Amino acid sequence: MATRSQDVEYLVKKEYKHGFVTDVDSDTVPPGLNEDVIRLISAKKNEPEWLLEWRLEAYRHWLTMQEPKWAHVRHKPIDYQAISYYSAPKSQQDGPKSLAEVDPKLLETYEKLGIPLHEQKMLAGVAVDAVFDSVSVATTFKEKLAEAGVIFCPFSEAVQNHPELVRQYLGTVVPTGDNFFAALNSAVFTDGSFCYIPKHTRCPMELSTYFRINAANTGQFERTLIIADTGSYVSYLEGCTAPMRDENQLHAAVVELIALDNAQIKYSTVQNWYPGDKNGKGGIYNFVTKRGDCRGENSKISWTQVETGSAITWKYPSCILRGDNSRGEFYSVAVTNNYQQADTGTKMIHIGKNTSSTIISKGISAGHGQNAYRGLVRVTKTAENARNYTQCDSLLMGDKCGAHTFPYIEVKNSSAQIEHEASTSKISDDQLFYCMQRGISPEDAVNMIVNGFCKEVFKELPMEFAVEAQKLLGVTLEGAVG
Amino acid sequence: MTSTAVEYYLSAFTQQKGKFIAPWFSDQRRAALDSFQQNGFPALRQENWKYTDVRSITKRNFILTEKGNGSVPKNQINSIRFNELDCHELIFINGHFSSKNSRIGNLPDGVILESLVIACDIHPDMLQKHLGNNANYTIGAFTALNTAFLHDGAMVYIPDDTVLEKPICIFYLSTETKHSFITHPRNLLILGRNAQATVIESYIGIENADYFTNSVTEAVIRAGAKLEHYKIQQESEQSYHIGNFMAQQEKDSRLESHSVSLGGKLVRNDITSNLAQPGASVTLNGLYMARHRQHVDNHTLINHLEPHTKSEEYYRGVLDDHARGVFNGKVIVHENAQKTDAQQSNANLLLSDNAEADTKPELEIYADDVKCSHGATVGQLDKQMLFYLRSRAIEEDKARSLLTYAFAEDVINRIKFVPIRKRLEDLVIGRLPDAALIREFAA
Repeated sequence: MATRSQDVEYLVKKEYKHGFVTDVDSDTVPPGLNEDVIRLISAKKNEPEWLLEWRLEAYRHWLTMQEPKWAHVRHKPIDYQAISYYSAPKSQQDGPKSLAEVDPKLLETYEKLGIPLHEQKMLAGVAVDAVFDSVSVATTFKEKLAEAGVIFCPFSEAVQNHPELVRQYLGTVVPTGDNFFAALNSAVFTDGSFCYIPKHTRCPMELSTYFRINAANTGQFERTLIIADTGSYVSYLEGCTAPMRDENQLHAAVVELIALDNAQIKYSTVQNWYPGDKNGKGGIYNFVTKRGDCRGENSKISWTQVETGSAITWKYPSCILRGDNSRGEFYSVAVTNNYQQADTGTKMIHIGKNTSSTIISKGISAGHGQNAYRGLVRVTKTAENARNYTQCDSLLMGDKCGAHTFPYIEVKNSSAQIEHEASTSKISDDQLFYCMQRGISPEDAVNMIVNGFCKEVFKELPMEFAVEAQKLLGVTLEGAVG
Repeated sequence: MTSTAVEYYLSAFTQQKGKFIAPWFSDQRRAALDSFQQNGFPALRQENWKYTDVRSITKRNFILTEKGNGSVPKNQINSIRFNELDCHELIFINGHFSSKNSRIGNLPDGVILESLVIACDIHPDMLQKHLGNNANYTIGAFTALNTAFLHDGAMVYIPDDTVLEKPICIFYLSTETKHSFITHPRNLLILGRNAQATVIESYIGIENADYFTNSVTEAVIRAGAKLEHYKIQQESEQSYHIGNFMAQQEKDSRLESHSVSLGGKLVRNDITSNLAQPGASVTLNGLYMARHRQHVDNHTLINHLEPHTKSEEYYRGVLDDHARGVFNGKVIVHENAQKTDAQQSNANLLLSDNAEADTKPELEIYADDVKCSHGATVGQLDKQMLFYLRSRAIEEDKARSLLTYAFAEDVINRIKFVPIRKRLEDLVIGRLPDAALIREFAA
């Protein structure tokens, strides 16, 4: 036993690889939130009047709301007046026309993160709308996408160039008053990604954005809106890393997906924000509202997420299965180590006929991590022949961590078939022993077992993401055998 | 709105004050009432009451009953008895002990089996030592009200190393009265080391009787003791029933709880077991059948506090017409409780498009060397099974009845005690159409 704990000491906690701060002049609004700040953000973005009104309405609603307390997480109260709500890299204001004009320091940052933006962009075949502290810096593969008629641009650009689309769909999935953090986001969001796939179009490449929180004390409020028109298909990738920082940073993003008749959206996330140090100091608060609306018949929305970062993760990518025969999927791996807390899961709201949903959730807790699955499967009266299968498994590593399951199942139609299964276990000594007696080091053995545990989710990820996710898992759990 | 309801109970308390039993209990009464006054009735926004709206209870003014209120003909009482079973019977009518109808047989040395009112006179020390120790009134308005208005109920005390062979049947019978009334039955079950007992709590309402039963049962199961507890709820379909069962379990003790809920308009059953010492184990089985506009809510909470504790849970619901069934099973494995084994299963059968099932199996785990799992399903009768029966010339509604019974029987079959199993089988079959046919098949 003694050697085991020494091993643990020895293997424990690799430092966060992506912890560095790029020294860029930021044009930052002083901390605080009031209507003037919102007007300022809106003015800086040169937004139309209706959007400003929309923001203000959200803000006024937000003022009447209380921060929710139900999640199984603990944190110090957040001072919303201490956050700066707008920060743009200064050197960007002149507007780079091409990559050559982009601040080299920014490019360097992406280089360090391994984002395929510069040289790798051709090889990787990935169009990147890289978000650096709320303002999009560079966009690639625009022409190729334009050829297919796909609109993929920073949100602020979409507001300028496609206001009719934005106006038609913005806030129709996550209304401004949906919840505390969505209302806050609606009031102060600075940028994000916008994507529109025209009718009967298969998006020629996988779309991806990288978010990165940089300037200190700047909450990041992203807004993503993806619309898949009739008969279209898109696969969207989102990945995040953030620099090391001592103060907790708030991130309250909103993602809205809309799938019309026969359309399909596949949304994959690898989230690796700074989780705080091994004593639980610092780290990102990730309070995100993600929701997809299967608005049309035979539409499909699939969420895949790998959550390894953030001090606190609080997100429930959901599907509203409105169209007949629509389908929702949720595949998730959530890892908490050290003092990380995660309260994550999904909601599947069955409204249309013959709708089906699948939920596969894998939670891994190590160290002092607390990992909760919270999910809702609701079958409304109109949802004939609804079908749901839910499986949530938890893996415990170490005796100080916690794994919790809170599934809500509400069924109002007798033709529904709902199944929920959950199990909790630890990596057994037998499994470890078996691997080790075949000459596999304990670390590799744990890696293998964990990867096996997560396989069902990883196979849903696009190839390059799957590889990254496996590596990430290995790094996050290094030394967590216990 | 609820504040007027709170006021109502506060003033009732002031009026009743002089009539309460056990003066030594008055401090606890007062404290419970204060807690009730502070917290009021639960609202839907409270997580524990998310699916159950108690406003239909709080907007009514139920009165407390006097002894002797409501007469029951002899044959009616005889019909509720377990005639096929040799047992000790305690019968309460509208919340008051009826000694002339009760039959308590010979008891082994040291065993106490009395109504609370009588026990107050004969065994005040024993009561004073145990009453209220495990029923935490701060957790809810209804337990607080029960504590504040505590009047009658059953006291069971089994000394160390004693096995009570005959089961104890406690009947709470509610009848039709002029005013709708409230009763606060309170049961205290204490099993000494290595003691064994079987206790059956049966709540029965005369058809059309309109009342509110707010019961609390607290059990202490000492090291090595074993309690088999049955709760059979057949309240009238106009009535409200809120029942709270709380058990404290010591080393290697065992609790088997079977809860069958058939009656009531609005029913809430809470079962809590604290596995407070190593080796303790608990089995919770439950069946809830609801029809018309019945609402049945089952909440269970199992606290694994120490290593090597085990829990098993198996609940099934059959929901027809506009009925709504709620299941919330929570298992908490505390930091210390390594080697915990916790299994839970809940299945719901929806027979009508207007019925609703809400289920929430919860796991909170703070230890790592554990084996925990839960499963929940909501569905309808298997089409293939229906087809099979139809292909053998059984009419569709008959086939449905048979399959429904087969689904419910899964819980009943877990009851090892034959006379009770038979009686429950009979009750469940009686609830279904084509009872005669099912009996033929089941035989």
